[in-house]
Amino acid sequence: MKITDYSIENELMYSGHNACPGCGGALTVRYLTRALGPNMALAITASCWSIIAGAPPLTALKCPILHCPFPSAGAVGSGLRRGLNAKGHYDTTVVVLAGDGGTFDIGLQALSGAAQRNEDYIFICYDNEAYMNTGMQTSSATPFGARTSTRPYPLFKHGQKKDIMRIMAAHGIPYAATASLAFPQDMENKLKKAQGIKGFRFMHVLSPCPPGWGTDSSETIHLSRLAVFTNFYPLYEIINGEQWQMTYYPEKTRTPLKEYLEAQRRFRQVDEMTIEALQEEVDRDWEGLLKRVNSSGETK
Amino acid sequence: MSRPEGVQLMEGNHACAWGAIDAGARFYAGYPITPSSEIAEVCAHELPAYGGTYIQMEDEIGSIAAIIGASLSGRKSFTATSGPGFSLMQENLGVGIYQEVPCVIVNIQRVGPATGLATQPAQADVMQARWGTHGDHPIIALSPASVQEMYYLTIRAFNLSERFRIPVIILGDQVIGQTYENIILPDPASLDLVERKKPLVPPEDFLPYQPDENLVPPMAAYGDKHIVHASSTCHCETGYSNFKYGTNRQLLTRLKDKIYNYTDEIIEVEHFGPDDAEVTLISYGASSRVCKYVVGEAEKEGIRVNLLRLLTIWPFPDQEVREALGKTGAVVVAEMNQGQLIGEVNRVNASNTPVHLASGIDGELIRPEIIMTSIREAVK
Repeated sequence: MKITDYSIENELMYSGHNACPGCGGALTVRYLTRALGPNMALAITASCWSIIAGAPPLTALKCPILHCPFPSAGAVGSGLRRGLNAKGHYDTTVVVLAGDGGTFDIGLQALSGAAQRNEDYIFICYDNEAYMNTGMQTSSATPFGARTSTRPYPLFKHGQKKDIMRIMAAHGIPYAATASLAFPQDMENKLKKAQGIKGFRFMHVLSPCPPGWGTDSSETIHLSRLAVFTNFYPLYEIINGEQWQMTYYPEKTRTPLKEYLEAQRRFRQVDEMTIEALQEEVDRDWEGLLKRVNSSGETK
Repeated sequence: MSRPEGVQLMEGNHACAWGAIDAGARFYAGYPITPSSEIAEVCAHELPAYGGTYIQMEDEIGSIAAIIGASLSGRKSFTATSGPGFSLMQENLGVGIYQEVPCVIVNIQRVGPATGLATQPAQADVMQARWGTHGDHPIIALSPASVQEMYYLTIRAFNLSERFRIPVIILGDQVIGQTYENIILPDPASLDLVERKKPLVPPEDFLPYQPDENLVPPMAAYGDKHIVHASSTCHCETGYSNFKYGTNRQLLTRLKDKIYNYTDEIIEVEHFGPDDAEVTLISYGASSRVCKYVVGEAEKEGIRVNLLRLLTIWPFPDQEVREALGKTGAVVVAEMNQGQLIGEVNRVNASNTPVHLASGIDGELIRPEIIMTSIREAVK
């Protein structure tokens, strides 16, 4: 990789787009188009990205886009892939882009169907952990303790974030991975790896949302890094649903979760007891993950 | 936030939520969608304090299915959405009509089809509200034209749904849903609320779909001593599936008659302007607000115009519209679509009065000029 590869001319995503300053979702797509383009078709389900890729002259992307209804991302991707195949365009990478709502909630049925059929495309979930485009309502990706417009204090989100990675692993798909905006090289490696695999590939990207999370727009990368350093959002990949492997181990002394929570206004109302409970949970999830990684054997 | 008292500057969607709470709604299941999400937000804030339940569902199919379940267990229930979500609700809407489930569905209309203009108003789901779910069925749909009316029509929607055991649709639009206006919230104790009829027979004699003299079956809740069986297939008075010749005819006829024999209880219209007019405007919802302004504008040009405003859209006010058609020189139907309710106006046009369309499909409140142009054409 040469430094000139990162010049603005080689980007498939323009600057001056419609996203909010510091949008993690926008950065996700910038990285993924750079890794997977230019021969790619992008299906976008209802989400912030419907707007970001939307109204000309602010259309932000240089690749063909298919906007699709909220529940349908997985199914539209299936049709798009098979349609391109029928025309002999096997070399075009089909990418389906959905937010957490379009993946965890309304989109789960179509996603599951496509994964079970092992459709040959890449599904990217940029997860900002709520319905940010309609005004920050809770989703099943919202973490415990976060305040949203439908879970106001003291009714902050109870119940855990849905474990989408284990759901996808249970489908036995060839490749699934988590990625962080603070680790662009890791993300790019995973995208390239996914591109080289046939069948259904899934990537989950934690995408900080400054207005929704209550953070400064300059904090996006810092928060992404903190999420990894606190073990809140570990970086790993899953091959064929059973081979779990870490792609990054945080420093031996992990950062306390408190630091990550306190950096965001959406967690402002959680008390010490809740923080402790959340910390325990992160530790438990981390142990569980390590168990799965260790029992998977050697890294491939 | 506690219940606002007295004169309030309030958004239409908030007025809708408060109308529902005051009508006794204690269950809301929904899924975020612009421009209706504020209804969900108020319910999330307020319902728990009233002993109510707010659930955020995984999609709109889940939303309407959940309110059907909650209503059958005895709670006044509602959901709110906009075009794409309303499309997803259609199958369950039919189930609600067929199982005779009292509930309220609020559709704050935006421009479609598909994603359309997600933040901008339309009145283009009028025929979808009538015929969106498959099969023969009646429906009740109401159209508010102000924030205050949003409050009252929401209460009325619950009353009608309880009285007739049918899902009632509030066909709002983005203008009314997201406009701030002064409204007065009355003392909830002063409101006339209707509750579903309970069965009077002992549990062993109870047939869940045996109609009373008004063709509406008294309703036991799941969990009561009376055993309920609600089927989404063709059913007889026991509630059990029944495919015998004649059962479907009997059921569909009763479902229709329980509404259409009592339209005088359901239909509400407003007459505005002079009694005798060269041109009568027929309109509803946000468009009818513009029509009231246009009545005055037309007078400046020397054209006598009045307005028939429909608060009830479905069942269609056949008689009221037929009378209006018979008393005027020409009719202009003003609606924010390519012409939907105008078809109904033509259907009842026994007097062959010329009918013109003023169509606002620009993703904004219909402009007075569009209506004026149609009026000028009508008097040419």
